[in-house]
Amino acid sequence: MTKRHVAEWAPAILVFALGIAAWEGLVRGLEIEEFLLPPLSVILETFWEDPDTFVTAGRITLIEAVGGFVIGCAAAILAALALARWRPLGEALMPYAIAANAVPIIAFAPITNNWFGAIDKESKMAIAAVLCFFPVFVNTLRGLTSVRPAQIELMRSYAASEVEVFRRVRIPNALPYVFTGLKVATVLAMIGAIVGDYFGGSPNSLGTLIRRSAGIFAFETAWAAILVASVLGIAFYAAVALAERLSMGWHASARARQVE
Amino acid sequence: MSENQIVVSLSGVSKRFATGGLEALRAIDLEVRPGEFISLIGPSGCGKSTLLRVVGDLVQPTEGRVVVNGKPAHQARLDRDYGMVFQDAVLYDWRTVAKNISLPLELLGWDRPRRAERVRELIELVELGGFEEHHPWELSGGMQQRVAIARALSFRPPLLLMDEPFGALDEMTRERMNMELLRIWQQSGGTILFVTHSIAEAVFLSTRVVVMSPRPGQIVGVVEIDLPQPRTADTREYPRFFELVTEVRELLRRGGTDFDAPVIEEELIAAEEGL
Repeated sequence: MTKRHVAEWAPAILVFALGIAAWEGLVRGLEIEEFLLPPLSVILETFWEDPDTFVTAGRITLIEAVGGFVIGCAAAILAALALARWRPLGEALMPYAIAANAVPIIAFAPITNNWFGAIDKESKMAIAAVLCFFPVFVNTLRGLTSVRPAQIELMRSYAASEVEVFRRVRIPNALPYVFTGLKVATVLAMIGAIVGDYFGGSPNSLGTLIRRSAGIFAFETAWAAILVASVLGIAFYAAVALAERLSMGWHASARARQVE
Repeated sequence: MSENQIVVSLSGVSKRFATGGLEALRAIDLEVRPGEFISLIGPSGCGKSTLLRVVGDLVQPTEGRVVVNGKPAHQARLDRDYGMVFQDAVLYDWRTVAKNISLPLELLGWDRPRRAERVRELIELVELGGFEEHHPWELSGGMQQRVAIARALSFRPPLLLMDEPFGALDEMTRERMNMELLRIWQQSGGTILFVTHSIAEAVFLSTRVVVMSPRPGQIVGVVEIDLPQPRTADTREYPRFFELVTEVRELLRRGGTDFDAPVIEEELIAAEEGL
């Protein structure tokens, strides 16, 4: 098992190591100016010189992203449940949801800053929440409604109530779809929090740090902040992926089997 | 339930679908007595599956009266008077074999120990010992259908409605499942209403075969199957078995089933292989 794990991961780790080496080597070998792209070693050095600044900024951004994620996803799941339960409502609202999904919501960031206070976390949570809403909503609704008719017919033969049908068929059926939406939403929540902070923004957040240091040509600081944002984004995604595995191992193994 | 009470009583049942005005069933009269094994047979699209759903209160008839266990079909459904098995096993992927079987019991509010005990009995009945914790996709088609049968029997309904349950199985698995079903039927002592388009299967399993015409589905005739019980692998080789198969086929043909149509031809070959 462990051996197989190592064998599975080895190519990816190799690519990672080669990528880092190529970055470091090319930047130094071609003498690329540091303000264009500093070598990774310089970025890491910048981080170690003042880790507190980056950790604090990362924490603020993470709170904004996770806060927005929780609000947006909760609202999306509740809305999808309501629309799956009352179909005519769903049919009336669905075209607008799809249209809204195509709107570049991030463009509203300066507006939400204006509504909820540019230096407050709430304005970033708001934009992150709206960004998270649509993928989770659309996926959840699809999961709740794409149940095979015979599965519902069987529940009717047991004289199961509508609540029971949701609890025992529609919601378990929707879980894989919900997690697909949630994973997309983690990325969007980080984008929302950081870009929100580009416009005014919470003091000491990653977005503010990136914008300010880029403004004063302190690019290695901006890069260090971007690196922190990337690590946090990946960790956030991985946490949701882990929750997915834990809550529905059946699906992961079903999928693995289909791939085999 | 008294010995002579009728389990299913259909009188003048017709069904016309609202969309397209398709007439699926016309003036169906049928009575099913306790302990009977009744097969509904007819060409594809003759409404036999619709008729089964009418009995189960899953489809509303346009006209006529449906009485199940002495009550209107709707009340019988609410009282869980029947168990249903579809052609596709309709198992829930996120539930293990044991949990699929206990689903109706959860809905009935049975407590955990009682459910576990009943599942143990059923696993034994359908011979799936060792597969309790497997998921549906890990089972063969025949095993999946056994889970579906165990689930339908879990709450001991007096009536089993089966819609071509073995239609998707290969011929050999199908014959084995036929034997299994007869054994289960004899052990549980219920009544079965069984939809099939295999003549051999209908004759082998049933106490009576109800022959239906192409759309709109009407009853052409009813064949009493007087083959000795219990049926065995030898039953399929009795001269009487051949006679009854021929009788059913003649009735189908008289009812307007076109045996030269390609779809039916395939089924005929399958049926003949079963002989």
